[in-house]
Amino acid sequence: MSAGFVIIVTGILVAVPCAVLGTLLVLRQMAMVGDAISHAVLPGIVLAFFLSGSLGPLAALVGAGAFGLLTAVFIEALRSTGRVKEDSSIGIVFTALFALGAFLISRYAGNVHLDLEHVLYGEIAFAPLNTLVVGGVDLGPRTFWTLGIVTVLALGLVLLLYKELKVSTFDPGLAVALGLAPGVVHYLLMGAVSVTVVGAFDAVGAILVVAFLIAPPATAYLLTERLSYMMVLAVAVGVVSAVAGYYLAYAANVSIAGAMAVAAGALFATAVLASPTHGVLANAARRRRNRRSFARGLLLAGLSRSRRSTEHDLAHHLGWDGERVSTVLRAARSGGFVLQTGNGEVVLTRKGQEAVENLSRALR
Amino acid sequence: MKPVLKPGRERAAVVAPDATPLEVRGLTAAYREKPVLWDVSFHVPEGQLVGIIGPNGAGKTTLLKVVMGLMQPAAGRVRVFGQSFQKARRYVGYVPQRGSVDWDFPTDALDVVQMGLYGKLGWFRRPGKKERRVAEECLEKVGMGAFAHRQISQLSGGQQQRVFLARALAQDARLYLMDEPFAGVDYTTERAIVGLLRELKAQGRTVVAVHHDLGTAAEYFDRIVILNRHLIAEGPVGRALTRENLEAAYGGSGAFIGDR
Amino acid sequence: MFEVLSAVLFDYTVRNIALGSAILGVAGGVLGCFAVLRRQSLLGDALAHATLPGICVVFMLTQTRVSLWLLLGAGLSAWLGALAILAVVRGTRIKQDAALGIVLSVFFGAGVVLLTLIQQTGAAGQSGIDRFLFGQAASLIRSDVITMGALAGAALLVVGVFYKEFKLLTFDGPFAASLGFPVRALDVLLTSLIVVAVIVGIQAVGVILMAAMLITPAAAARQWTDRLPAMILISALFGAGSGVAGALVSALGPNLPTGPLIVLIATGVFLLSLLFGASRGLLWSQLRERRNRAAALSGGGA
Repeated sequence: MSAGFVIIVTGILVAVPCAVLGTLLVLRQMAMVGDAISHAVLPGIVLAFFLSGSLGPLAALVGAGAFGLLTAVFIEALRSTGRVKEDSSIGIVFTALFALGAFLISRYAGNVHLDLEHVLYGEIAFAPLNTLVVGGVDLGPRTFWTLGIVTVLALGLVLLLYKELKVSTFDPGLAVALGLAPGVVHYLLMGAVSVTVVGAFDAVGAILVVAFLIAPPATAYLLTERLSYMMVLAVAVGVVSAVAGYYLAYAANVSIAGAMAVAAGALFATAVLASPTHGVLANAARRRRNRRSFARGLLLAGLSRSRRSTEHDLAHHLGWDGERVSTVLRAARSGGFVLQTGNGEVVLTRKGQEAVENLSRALR
Repeated sequence: MKPVLKPGRERAAVVAPDATPLEVRGLTAAYREKPVLWDVSFHVPEGQLVGIIGPNGAGKTTLLKVVMGLMQPAAGRVRVFGQSFQKARRYVGYVPQRGSVDWDFPTDALDVVQMGLYGKLGWFRRPGKKERRVAEECLEKVGMGAFAHRQISQLSGGQQQRVFLARALAQDARLYLMDEPFAGVDYTTERAIVGLLRELKAQGRTVVAVHHDLGTAAEYFDRIVILNRHLIAEGPVGRALTRENLEAAYGGSGAFIGDR
Repeated sequence: MFEVLSAVLFDYTVRNIALGSAILGVAGGVLGCFAVLRRQSLLGDALAHATLPGICVVFMLTQTRVSLWLLLGAGLSAWLGALAILAVVRGTRIKQDAALGIVLSVFFGAGVVLLTLIQQTGAAGQSGIDRFLFGQAASLIRSDVITMGALAGAALLVVGVFYKEFKLLTFDGPFAASLGFPVRALDVLLTSLIVVAVIVGIQAVGVILMAAMLITPAAAARQWTDRLPAMILISALFGAGSGVAGALVSALGPNLPTGPLIVLIATGVFLLSLLFGASRGLLWSQLRERRNRAAALSGGGA
């Protein structure tokens, strides 16, 4: 197995569970809770490192993940006191837990195989060197096992609870009425996010994982209307980011995890600009089209009341400046909606009259 | 008198004493080119209490926003005392919906009322003794004098609404625009607001209020504007508030409410 | 013990550290009040992370270690981050939370990429940039403190001048607009001041934890008072106190990054305030409730 292959597969195994769970976070408008959890699992990871001798990788994963779940519980507890708003609760809880983790790492630097840079960018470049050996048998890269388990868990959760997750995301009230216990679903999702960010920690660190959680689902959200498509698209965007980020980092000899985050950001920026349905350019074009037909409708409606008017009358009636009236009038004339008589009066054509009738019918 | 820098770039105009407080002509407004108000025209004579009614989504709040220049109309014009709103704004007081602010904000009732004077104070100047006295008087007028130093989250919904009204009184305006002043208030507050509206009318001031309770509209207001994106009807209560007009605005269910 | 104390009070380095941390605490505490009350706590988090690429770019271009230039780069990049958030939220269907998360992580990722580029070209000057990650108050020199003081002083001056307008904007924006105040411009100004508070703090606390200095002292102060001026004052005191205490403790021993210590102390202050705060402490309301219940019971019996 080449080192490059191991790194790329590791990146993909981070991207896939993050994209699937991140889709739900983005739709539930809980992206910053994901950010909070990814920061706040740090003390759990440090504790797991302390105890790593006595714990297997799976136990460490779950133990550290418990801290993520605790974050969600703390945020909710703080918010429910009524003394602190939700956004402040999130900020207070995760900065405190992250500070605790960073403090523990520096204080016990000698005892823990972990440094602050690892926390920030992860060590995906070392993934090929770190293999899992059980009973003297080399089972391949360790990340394949940890992240493989995480991916199976995340996909399993979403496949098993797809209906429950979907209903509680789009209509929490309905979920309660159907007896689906949205509270349980919420904490299951938070638990899955926690385990995922812990699993991804070695590869990309505590902060860059946020890029994998949020950017691909947000990109997909700009491209589709359906939850199932959105998840699949988010996974695709995440995988492309991981692969492109690897080659980018390889070419420029820079941080691989950082480059993967930048690639995810670039794909998101592209979708923001160029998505055919929700991109900025498409929105602007649609708005311009709508504004034109809207202005024409206003002009025709104004004309239909007064029958015969000059440009000046129209400008006065509509409260527009003369230039706007001329522009809209020119467009209406070339569309065959109005005629301009020799003495400057404007009258509706039959087509124009029909347009006005359609318009007023649509507004009723 | 020393010149004071006022917010808003336009020079304030002195309006004619007999100018019409509010005139709306051919007003069309849209969110992202989806029309919310279509070709609405009406005028409000001085010294009248005017209720704007219509079903949810009829464009009532949008109308207030356009009148105050918080939103640009797609067509048509608004005249406030014969001027643009920007020039006449010091003659206009505004009461937003109570739910539009966070009442957990760390301040007391008196301070909120003093905010009504910020427009007259202009940039940089702080409220002083005089402003404080005006604010206290306004709180008295709405029966809230005893609550001047109460943290605003500790007031009941009706009391909060009265604080908002006191803030508008502090603006000392000739035209008041109110967004659902009666929404979710207790009986005492409702009577207090009605009394206040009558007092404003007696002083020759004009009130335009968005209202949602058809049952009380005829009692509280002199004139009614019925909206459902279009103007359905407007005029004195007796002429405008008819069964046919309500049916046109609300559909079948409107008649049922109107009979109450 | 006494020696430690006298060293703390008279040592030139320690004085710089304490002064710098106090300045950052005051700036974060004051502007944090507005951020928290406007429910924009997490904007500060995103903007703080977004400073990293700016610091790196300025360093790559100039090789400077002068903090003023690095901080200006940081500010510019945070400002671009704020602009990106605004553009995405206004121009597309993406909501605020996702926009914050993306700007935070992608800007930080770009910073990490640039950081590794700098490491390649020579590690000599690079140590100067490390301090921006988790904060290193011990590295503050006199000129840093002067820069921080000037930036914070300017920001506080602007808050003082526009206090009335910022209060009105925060409490009731539409009403402010109806009075003719330019709410858009005031909004931009307030966000820019939050950027200034962020860049004042990042040398001592670091970009990752700077958000705490904008949130935690303000949220703690809110528990002690129902008046905005008092809240601002208490928040500034809590911020400065946490900053000085954390910086001094970290200066005492090796391997103690300043940022985490400051944040842990601020969190402690917050928890105490939540329990014992004079105006809304949980403890008092619990006691009140119990007393009321007892009164109701005995009243029922009589």
